Amino acid sequence: MPDSPGLELIAGELRDAHPDSVLATYHEHDQACLIVDPEQVLDVLRWLRDTPGQRYDFLSSLHGVDYLPAAPRFGVVYELLNRDRVERLRVRAALPDPAANGDGADALPAIDSCVELFPTAEFHEREVYDFFGIVFRGHPDLRRILLPEVYVGWPHRRDFPIGGEPVIFTHDERIVPGWTE
Amino acid sequence: MPTGGGGDTPADLPAETAATVVGSSPIERTEAGAAAGAEQELMTVNMGPHHPATHGVLRLLVSLQGEVVIDLKPIIGYLHTGIEKSCEDQSYWKVIPFVERMDYLSYFSNMQAYCGAVETLLELELPPRAQYLRVIHLELNRIHSHLVWLGTSALDLGAISMFWYCFRERDKILDLFEMSSGQRMHTRYFQVGGVFEDIPAGFERKVREFCADMVVRLEQYRALLDRNEIFLRRTKGVGIVSRERLLELGVTGPLLRAAGEPWDLRRAQPDLCYADLDFKIPVGTVGDGYDRYRVRLQEMRESVRIIEQCLDGLPEGPFVADDRKVVLPPRDELSISMEALIHHFKLVTEGFRVPPGEAYYPVESPRGELGAFVLADGSAKPARVHIRDPSFVHMQALREMCVGGYIADLISNLAMLDPILGGVDR
Repeated sequence: MPDSPGLELIAGELRDAHPDSVLATYHEHDQACLIVDPEQVLDVLRWLRDTPGQRYDFLSSLHGVDYLPAAPRFGVVYELLNRDRVERLRVRAALPDPAANGDGADALPAIDSCVELFPTAEFHEREVYDFFGIVFRGHPDLRRILLPEVYVGWPHRRDFPIGGEPVIFTHDERIVPGWTE
Repeated sequence: MPTGGGGDTPADLPAETAATVVGSSPIERTEAGAAAGAEQELMTVNMGPHHPATHGVLRLLVSLQGEVVIDLKPIIGYLHTGIEKSCEDQSYWKVIPFVERMDYLSYFSNMQAYCGAVETLLELELPPRAQYLRVIHLELNRIHSHLVWLGTSALDLGAISMFWYCFRERDKILDLFEMSSGQRMHTRYFQVGGVFEDIPAGFERKVREFCADMVVRLEQYRALLDRNEIFLRRTKGVGIVSRERLLELGVTGPLLRAAGEPWDLRRAQPDLCYADLDFKIPVGTVGDGYDRYRVRLQEMRESVRIIEQCLDGLPEGPFVADDRKVVLPPRDELSISMEALIHHFKLVTEGFRVPPGEAYYPVESPRGELGAFVLADGSAKPARVHIRDPSFVHMQALREMCVGGYIADLISNLAMLDPILGGVDR
């Protein structure tokens, strides 16, 4: 793990390379995190992956978080790993909710896909899209992955109620007509 | 049964054929097929989600040209139960049984990842005895998981007797789990701050007996399979993906080690008491199915060594952290201490609160890096629990293992991939 000054050094170098890319940093429980501008997340990831001395070239995990009621509401979290130094770095792209900014209730947050940089992200990004409705621009095959393709709603958002969805059985067709479509 | 693989892999396929999209018209004449001399039709076959060789409810859409796999698409989600969402509605200690049911063969690893993340957020130190007890159970779990893998994989490749032998030893491990925790599977033995109960009298002796037995059994498994011509021809040279590509695809665990990369979180980033233990990390050379089998077999041997060392060095002392805000007070204190009663009441009704923050805690599960991400918002329930499950990630590598090979090798590759669909779908 980069320690607290190490994290600030990384953030400083990143700001030199890509101005305004790093919005904030935090270091707690020995875990380091960069909060970055979602528009520049690919630049940041590429810089962290390719810069000598950094080389965070293994993407352990990618997942979505809904920070409701905080703003910006969504976070796409990249758990990066350098295997030589065994250092982990968390990068969080802070995504605002376009629906709250008056873009219409159906507007989805969007961010660039990092599949080109990390091919492992393909399934992860599909999962985040599936559960949070975050669109990954440039993803080769952005479909729902775990839920049925006809599913409506983004169930891991915090305002989606648990148990808020009717359990669909064949004999429910009388009650919920047309559920098979 | 077709026994492909080995030396006679099919001829290199033209690039345009390999890029054919799955799911278009089911039968389609391709120019490449005609050009190759054998005029063959492209056929899309649906395997699963209930094929017994898919190790769960995995569905594979396979494009075939004759017997050669041209393209493959895993379709997952048939076992999705929304565990991560359900976790958000439970207090922290009630989440543990939920996460156990994700990867249902390595439940101790799931528990360790989740409890580790919560302990990181609480900055809670585990007493040494709890660490050792956890490692004993984690390693027993690793053997258990690998035994189920070995039995079912050998079964897929036609070696039926392996299944019975492996499940015989697996049952002994389940007996051990029953002895220490009262449950055979999904034990909920770990809890935040340590383990649920100290091991009972006689447990150590039973584990030692099992370890001594297991060493012999492993040699027997090796003898059964290493001389088995069918098994060898169906695993050697099958499913090779380069180490660099595996890393790009995020593959970890035995699959990566079989390709020659000695990456093991127990060594690289040791948690619990792994730093005190002496064990080796088996690696393969080529990264074919046979290497994967050998790596896992050797890992079981190393796990036995770890368990024996843990039993030798098992420290005395408490088995759970002494933090009354997190851990239930001992039962005998309830009748004499008002304070203990209040703590007990608060913990059982509300649960403990975790200060706001987020943590990612990876462990080396039997299948690879299993990480738990927990977001705490200061209440008694987690705001987000996400498990990075290795099977989910490894599913992406299946296509590259199979394309260009025979369909019989697909079964072999899937068996050696060892996916657990409960973990994939969560």
